[in-house]
Amino acid sequence: MSRIAAKFSALGPRKALVTFITAGDPEPGVTVGLMHGMVKAGADIIELGVPFSDPMADGPVIQRASERALAHGVGLVEIFAMVQEFRRRDADTPVVLMGYLNPMEAMGCEVFAAAAAAAGCDGVLTVDVPPEESAELVGALRSHALDPIFLVAPTTSPRRMGAIAGQASGFVYYVSLKGVTGSAALDVDSVARKVTEIREHTTLPVGVGFGIRDAASAARVAEVADAVVVGSAIIGCLEASLGDTARGVADAEALVRSLREGMDAAVSVAAG
Amino acid sequence: MHNPAVTEHLIGQFPDARGHFGPYGGLFVSETLMEPLEELAAAYHHYLEDPEFLAELDDDLRHYVGRPSPLYHARRWSERLGGARILLKREDLNHTGAHKVNNTVGQALLARRMGKTRIIAETGAGQHGVASATVAARLGLECVVYMGAEDIERQSANVYRMRLLGARVVAVESGSRTLKDALNEAMRDWVANVDDTFYIIGTVAGPHPYPAMVRDFQSVIGREVREQMLAQEGGLPDALVACVGGGSNAIGLFYPFLDDPDVAIFGVEAGGSGVETGRHAAPLCAGRPGVLHGNRTYLMEDDRGQIAATHSISAGLDYPGVGPEHSWLKDSGRATYVAVNDDEALQAFHDLTRIEGIIPALETSHALAYATKLAPTMGRDQTLVINLSGRGDKDIQTVARLDGITL
Repeated sequence: MSRIAAKFSALGPRKALVTFITAGDPEPGVTVGLMHGMVKAGADIIELGVPFSDPMADGPVIQRASERALAHGVGLVEIFAMVQEFRRRDADTPVVLMGYLNPMEAMGCEVFAAAAAAAGCDGVLTVDVPPEESAELVGALRSHALDPIFLVAPTTSPRRMGAIAGQASGFVYYVSLKGVTGSAALDVDSVARKVTEIREHTTLPVGVGFGIRDAASAARVAEVADAVVVGSAIIGCLEASLGDTARGVADAEALVRSLREGMDAAVSVAAG
Repeated sequence: MHNPAVTEHLIGQFPDARGHFGPYGGLFVSETLMEPLEELAAAYHHYLEDPEFLAELDDDLRHYVGRPSPLYHARRWSERLGGARILLKREDLNHTGAHKVNNTVGQALLARRMGKTRIIAETGAGQHGVASATVAARLGLECVVYMGAEDIERQSANVYRMRLLGARVVAVESGSRTLKDALNEAMRDWVANVDDTFYIIGTVAGPHPYPAMVRDFQSVIGREVREQMLAQEGGLPDALVACVGGGSNAIGLFYPFLDDPDVAIFGVEAGGSGVETGRHAAPLCAGRPGVLHGNRTYLMEDDRGQIAATHSISAGLDYPGVGPEHSWLKDSGRATYVAVNDDEALQAFHDLTRIEGIIPALETSHALAYATKLAPTMGRDQTLVINLSGRGDKDIQTVARLDGITL
């Protein structure tokens, strides 16, 4: 069983909290410690953003995180080293790389997948690769037992949903709104409808992200999804204290803790 | 100049149903845009066959844009260079002063038929932004133009033109603050407003169906050149030359001639300070294939796949990618791509202005500069057609500054 599948099956009634940070932001030395800190604060899965010069699907917060990481020269090679270091003290928490195709392809899909697996990564979400263009990358990921994670959007038709479900493993990531990362216009009712629709096409867990920024919105999404993904709000904590990294990290971990508490309370109320 | 690469019909064969030109092109966008792009492709293919749409487009091109544009024999300049007869396709005489409007007129008609009420566009030199703001004004559509902050500084006249036309010009401060970043920002706007918004991409790049759609709207250039050559010169040209940034004016001229093996085709990229210096915008000459802005194509990137900074004297060519069909034409050998430097382009700008009384855009001046090298190698009985893609009024501030003059 893959680390992602094992994590979901070990959760029981709890919902998974997936936390996203950009690797190397605000500086490379912070990332591994923050990964451990977020796990301790209640994160179940870590998504590591791979910085790219042209992050077309990201809002301003993750764009700036990407620029800060690139300014420190952080790329895939450095990220693999971070994941390897993380794995020395954490064998269970899945790590998913999230980024754009070009840096992966520049390394070579096969070389990339082999190195990602060797470092201890579990899944890869490539934002700008829809199933139609994914043959080479997904082939390489599968041959190294990495889960290809795909997005489903509010605009995705049932026909496309079937095609995505056929390619995806690990979990399916539902983009909760039309927009870039960090937008704020979450409509939980429409998310609930779409998650129900997605479940008609796949038995994989369904995660929901984009637009979830606090315990209240995480709690509402936890009631309808299997996993809640939070990124820009965490990076916002780091960005608010760029001159004082320790404080930024503490704020980020505190946010993760409150997300966890909000989600668990919502689920136990629903169960009770 | 017989080209052995032309062994089969190329016109109408590419792209395939998913937008591929050989290994290039395709659809590399986030899931949210997949369905809207499929809708756009379907609408486009539908209206391409619709006589009413085509009649309206033709009428607009004739009476609003001012087509057909003349094919002008540059006698003095040809004699000065001492070789081929040089003919200039006068896209600079179009309404708004460049070829860009051929495409924006077409896409705006499509937007209206698709029920969209809001137009967005990216722009580099500002020509596409002006052409988009122009058609939006005419159709009463809201218009937002994304433009790199650096380009806003060097093309202030065009920024004002867009504002006069009622468009909102948004300065893009991210990344390199040029055309590529404007495209990123326009794409982000589109993903958030896809229900009511039509994104008019200005060049033959972007995700499918843009490269094919923009090519088809711009191909009016090459179709007219064919007719004009047969009528005025009694035969097809021996060579075609056009500048290539994203490559829309070039593909518009080239496409109708792809199946004519005796017509040599040259695309001219921006060599900046010199391709060997690394400060340039010539992905076909010095880049390698990768994925950016929704398609696979030749790119300027570092060895880790990060998109590289570009440099060109002309904002319109200052782009790290190129339309995927050009990548395919390069690999197939059907077209030849070369680069000319800032200095050479500037010289050609002055030459054409003084010798023919035509002030060309700095983008266009790259094509002119290459023609000064090519024409003398050709016979006096041969013809060379250059796409005079835009007029240079927008560039006089830049040129004056380079000449040490403050206006």
